[in-house]
Formats: sequence, C-alpha cells, structure tokens
Amino acid sequence: MYNFFSSLSAWMIPAIIVFIPLYAALRRKVPVYETFVEGAKDGFGTAINIIPHLVGMMVAISMFRASGALELMLSAVRPIFDWIGIPSEVLPLGILRPLTGAGSLAFTTDLIQTFGPDSMIGRIASTIQGSTDTTLYVLTVYFGAIGIRRTRYALKVGLFSDLVGFFAAIFICLYIFG
Amino acid sequence: MVNWIWLFFIVASVIVAAINGKMDAVTQAAFDGAKSGVTVSFGLISIMVFWLGMMRIAEDAGLLQKLAHLLGPIVRKLFPDVPRNHPAIGYIMSNLSANLFGLGNAATPMGIKAMQELQKLNPDSTTATPAMCTLLALNTSSITIIPTTLIAIRMNYGSANPAEIIGTTLAATFVATSAAILADRWYRRKSPPPPIHPIVSTQPKVKVHTASAGGEPVV
Repeated sequence: MYNFFSSLSAWMIPAIIVFIPLYAALRRKVPVYETFVEGAKDGFGTAINIIPHLVGMMVAISMFRASGALELMLSAVRPIFDWIGIPSEVLPLGILRPLTGAGSLAFTTDLIQTFGPDSMIGRIASTIQGSTDTTLYVLTVYFGAIGIRRTRYALKVGLFSDLVGFFAAIFICLYIFG
Repeated sequence: MVNWIWLFFIVASVIVAAINGKMDAVTQAAFDGAKSGVTVSFGLISIMVFWLGMMRIAEDAGLLQKLAHLLGPIVRKLFPDVPRNHPAIGYIMSNLSANLFGLGNAATPMGIKAMQELQKLNPDSTTATPAMCTLLALNTSSITIIPTTLIAIRMNYGSANPAEIIGTTLAATFVATSAAILADRWYRRKSPPPPIHPIVSTQPKVKVHTASAGGEPVV
C-alpha cells in the first residue's frame, strides 16, 4: 500500500508536466513555451496576493502558540486523542479548516515549521489542508452571489464532509506513513 | 466569522501570556509570524508561476473542456433535476474540472455562473434548491489532483520529499467528496421539496455581490 501511494505521488507531477505540453504541441499545435510564459505571469500576482492574509493569520497563530494558549487548549483534549492514537496538535486545524482558508493555511505552516515537514504531524497537516476547501467561504461566496438566504442543509453537508475528510486524512497518513 | 477567530487568537494570546508571564515571547512571536507569512508567500511564487504556466498550456490545448466532457455523465447523474441541455450543466462541468486542476481562480467564477443558471430554475429565489446544495457540496470538498500550495510550503521548510503527500491527499479528498455526495443524497431524499410560491417569479431577482467573505483568494 505504501509503495502504491508513494509511486502515485512520485509519478503524478512528471506525468502531468510531460503529458500536457506534449498533447498541446502534437495534437493542438499550441506554441507551448510561449503559452507557458504567458500563463506563468499570473502566478506571481497570485502568490503576492496571499501575503496580507498569511501575515495576518501567521501573527495571530504564532502569538497563540508562544503565549501558551494553544497548549492550554490542547491539554484539555490530549488524553482523548492520545487514547485513540491521534496527535492532538492537528485538532485546531480540523476546527479552522472549514472556517478560514488563510487561517488553516497559516496553522498548517506553523505545524510544518514547528514539527518539520516530514514528521507525522507535518504530513497529516499537509494532507488535511490539501484535501478539502473552506466550506464557510465557498458557501458565502456562491450563495451570496445569487442572494440565497435560506441555505437549507448545505452547511451541514459541507461540515460533515470536512469532518469525514479530517479523520480520513489522519488515518490514511497514520496507515501509509506509520 | 473570520474576524472573530482572528480577534480570539490575539486577545487570548495576550491574556494567557499575561498570566504565564510570557509577554516578551508573544511580542517576539508576533514579528516572527509576520516574517514567516512573507517568507512562505515568497516561497509560493516559484511553484505558482510554474504551475499556472502549465495550466495555461492545458487550457489552450482544450484539456479543461475535454475533462469537462468526461465529467458529463457523472454531472447529469448528480443533478437529475437540471434539464440535460440547460446551460447550468456546462458551467458545473467547467467548475468541477477547474477544481480538479487546482485552478481556484477559474473555478469560482464558473461556479457562480452555474449558481446563476440554477437560480433561473429556482421557484423561490431566496431558498437554495437541491441542485444548488449539490454543487456547493462538491465545491466544499473539492477534489484537487495536485496540492501545489502545500508542496511549495513543504519545499520551503526543507522536506526530503515535498510531493509525498499527493497520494494521501488524493485518498482523503476522495473520501471527503464521497461523504459529501452521500450526505447530500440523504438530505435530498429526507427533506421536503422547497415550498413553491403561488406566483412563479417572472424575472429572476439576481443580486450579484462581489466576493467579500473575508476576501479569501488563498489556495
């Protein structure tokens, strides 16, 4: 199982970066290099636009950890998590993920910084952050755009899938990297 | 919501620091946090530039449309109450395939277009239809093939194998999306159809707000 997942990870990027330009050049006669450069220009702006969000959230989360408030919060749930065998450090991420994309990205970065990207916590945090989107944001933007006020069961479904995704990420990582 | 979370972090930090006598450490952490925020964002530039370049090639080669076409049967199955040739179907397919490619910036406008089309089928323009809820469920648990942002951050902090999380992310996202679809089906069957108003709205009252929910263009 580990071999399958690690070769899936190892092959995915090379497969995509060979297939896309090759298909574009041979089948569609796209000027691949020029198109690449044209599209790549947007990448700079996208990364720069994240700065204010990430700075704001990183400041808040760094303070929260340094003050001992994070530890205080985690000490309450640690016994339960230890008993199941889940690192309790990832719990705040599970709470933040559906609520704020910038906040959970900042928290993931903080965990990677504190425990290392190749630690179990770092891997779990990366998987949680990458596997779902910010439910509250998607709901606000999509329904806000068309003036829906009664959202019925949409929020419940979104939060349920976040919860399932959170535990799935943890157990998949514990199983694959354990 | 985001405002309260942010405020909570800062206020709780200062209060706990005052009790623990860790005020110096908290001040230092605030500046360190700001610094990491910038460092991480700069670390994202390389991979974002590269990835968006690749994705432009994919777009120009018509791969997005091709993928959307492949998704057609699944989309029609998931949205049984949307007529087959309704424009909403096309937007939904584009939205899902942009999500798959990790193109959040392209996925959102397509998703909003799809919602506007679904709104035209809606008897009560302030209440969500089942189709809208399904589209939302698919977007909140969005499947992404390559988690580029995470790979960039892992690279930044010296991971021996930044891409090793692709497999686990795919597996987790698959589970989350399946859960979303199943929960959506369950609620769809359970909940009564939305009350149909005596007067079917003659013109769709579509109010377009710009995205302002804490303005979140991140990942």
